[in-house]
Amino acid sequence: MQSFSILSLLRRAFGGHASWQPQWRDAAPKAAYDAVIIGGGGHGLGTAYYLASEYGMRNIAVLERGWIGGGNTGRNTTIIRSNYLFDESAALYDHALKLWEGLSRTLNYNVMYSPRGVMMLAHNVHDVQVFKRHVHANRANGVDNEWLSAEQARAFCPPLNISPDLRYPVLGAALQRRGGTARHDAVAWGYARAADALGVDIVQNCEVTGIDRGPDGAVTGVQTTRGAIRAPKVGIVAAGHTSVVMGMAGLRVPLESFPLQALVSEPVKPVFPCVVMSNTVHAYISQSDKGELVIGAGTDAFVSYSQRGGLHIPAHTLDAICELFPMFRRMRMLRNWGGIVDTTPDRSPIIAKTPVPGLYVNCGWGTGGFKATPGSAHVFAHTMAQDAPHPINAPFTLERFRDGQMIDEAAAAAVAH
Amino acid sequence: MLLIDCPYCGKRPEIEFSYGGEAHVARPADPQALSDDAWAAYLYLRSNPKGRHAERWRHTHGCARFFNAVRDTVSDFFVTTYKVGETPPAEAWPRAAE
Ligand SMILES: Cc1cc2nc3c(=O)[nH]c(=O)nc-3n(C[C@H](O)[C@H](O)[C@H](O)COP(=O)(O)OP(=O)(O)OC[C@H]3O[C@@H](n4cnc5c(N)ncnc54)[C@H](O)[C@@H]3O)c2cc1C
Ligand SMILES: [Zn+2]
Repeated sequence: MQSFSILSLLRRAFGGHASWQPQWRDAAPKAAYDAVIIGGGGHGLGTAYYLASEYGMRNIAVLERGWIGGGNTGRNTTIIRSNYLFDESAALYDHALKLWEGLSRTLNYNVMYSPRGVMMLAHNVHDVQVFKRHVHANRANGVDNEWLSAEQARAFCPPLNISPDLRYPVLGAALQRRGGTARHDAVAWGYARAADALGVDIVQNCEVTGIDRGPDGAVTGVQTTRGAIRAPKVGIVAAGHTSVVMGMAGLRVPLESFPLQALVSEPVKPVFPCVVMSNTVHAYISQSDKGELVIGAGTDAFVSYSQRGGLHIPAHTLDAICELFPMFRRMRMLRNWGGIVDTTPDRSPIIAKTPVPGLYVNCGWGTGGFKATPGSAHVFAHTMAQDAPHPINAPFTLERFRDGQMIDEAAAAAVAH
Repeated sequence: MLLIDCPYCGKRPEIEFSYGGEAHVARPADPQALSDDAWAAYLYLRSNPKGRHAERWRHTHGCARFFNAVRDTVSDFFVTTYKVGETPPAEAWPRAAE
């Protein structure tokens, strides 16, 4: 692996950038591995990296039906925060946030993690009470989150309109200063490059079409569009397609898949200093380092794998953006798109063993799993390597729905991204 | 935006409707008799298919009635809509033809 440093960049700049090599091998699948991971998004690639780097499992492969990062990883609005309500969630998302802080150095790849602060707006009495409850719960868990008055919120984000005349006026906000954004593609590429350097095969254009099981019911391998692959351990990290892949092993899951949309504006000079989210009027916005406003919209109401979504959904979001930030009223939008998100009934993920020996699943991240990528990958690698969950993901089982031990971030209101 | 054919009113834009989840998920007659697994399956497991899906819709801003539809979840194309209590035409839904 060619290591990035100021010297290596300078040397290649003088050489006309001619001597860079591909960042990972275009591997063809082998007949057998010690483990395979289905899905080359950030969570799957990260899992492979931690399996290789922390658990010494290097004879492994990531199988991706399209190109790596082409799923939700490359389609998301990259909001990172950890101020979730429940103890279980706070532990999981804050584990991820701590890994984000050192990730560029760990991977020797700039993932552009930028803790510019994530501010969540409160528009009614319910929001105020819920956000204050979050602030207190987060403090008790050692997670930073603070309450701002409307004036303090505008001081933190000057474009914000705090006029009491708004249809949904801003009554205050919760701010997590360690929250922010990262470069989505770089996360997939950085993990792929680092995993490849440790011997992991990254196999693209390889769709898993079946899961093979032995007479005892345990996993023995997978069928793919590029042939059969034997493996005693298989990890499913397929986001919106999890129900389809789990179905190949005869398992039904508490998931439904919905299109979630985002859009970007034409690029402009730096105008927007932080991330602002409003669950109530449904808008999320930040500015990328390229200068585009990155705007998150909502989900369609119905199950779909179309990766598009209806136009009235982003139109509704733009109504809210224009009201909250009047200076954007004449901005032009460049493009919009959708990703298929896998949502659980309690809006918390499932990172667990399955009833099939040797088969593991990491799914249910829904509208908000990018922020968890390093933490999710790290504890899932532990689960696959040790055949037992890490203490952090132990509560995130498939069985919690049967046992009534939900981690109900949905009811806790701070859902979405 | 989808154009949805309400069996009572005809084709109307999607924003007149609300989605009601998977259709034909019958509430068990005697929940007390179920195992925890069977009860959880009724509450939380859904077929979530990549392909044809039978689902409920309500024409909230129209006749306000519930009805069912079969829609392809890849193209979002509505194969058919039908009234509650009716079964979809066999060719609309592979499961009904079986
Ligand atoms: C518009 C949008 C905005 C979002 N905004 C945010 C945000 O601001 N903050 C946040 O934290 N989260 C956000 N999310 C959610 C976040 O993107 C996801 O939770 C996260 O990226 C999931 O990562 P993943 O690696 O599990 O999935 P993915 O990146 O989707 O990877 C799964 C991969 O599995 C592959 N696959 C599927 N089936 C097969 C098969 N049979 N064989 C082989 N490969 C297969 C897919 O092609 C895909 O590449 C957003 C999502 C969307 C769509
Ligand atoms: Zn009607």
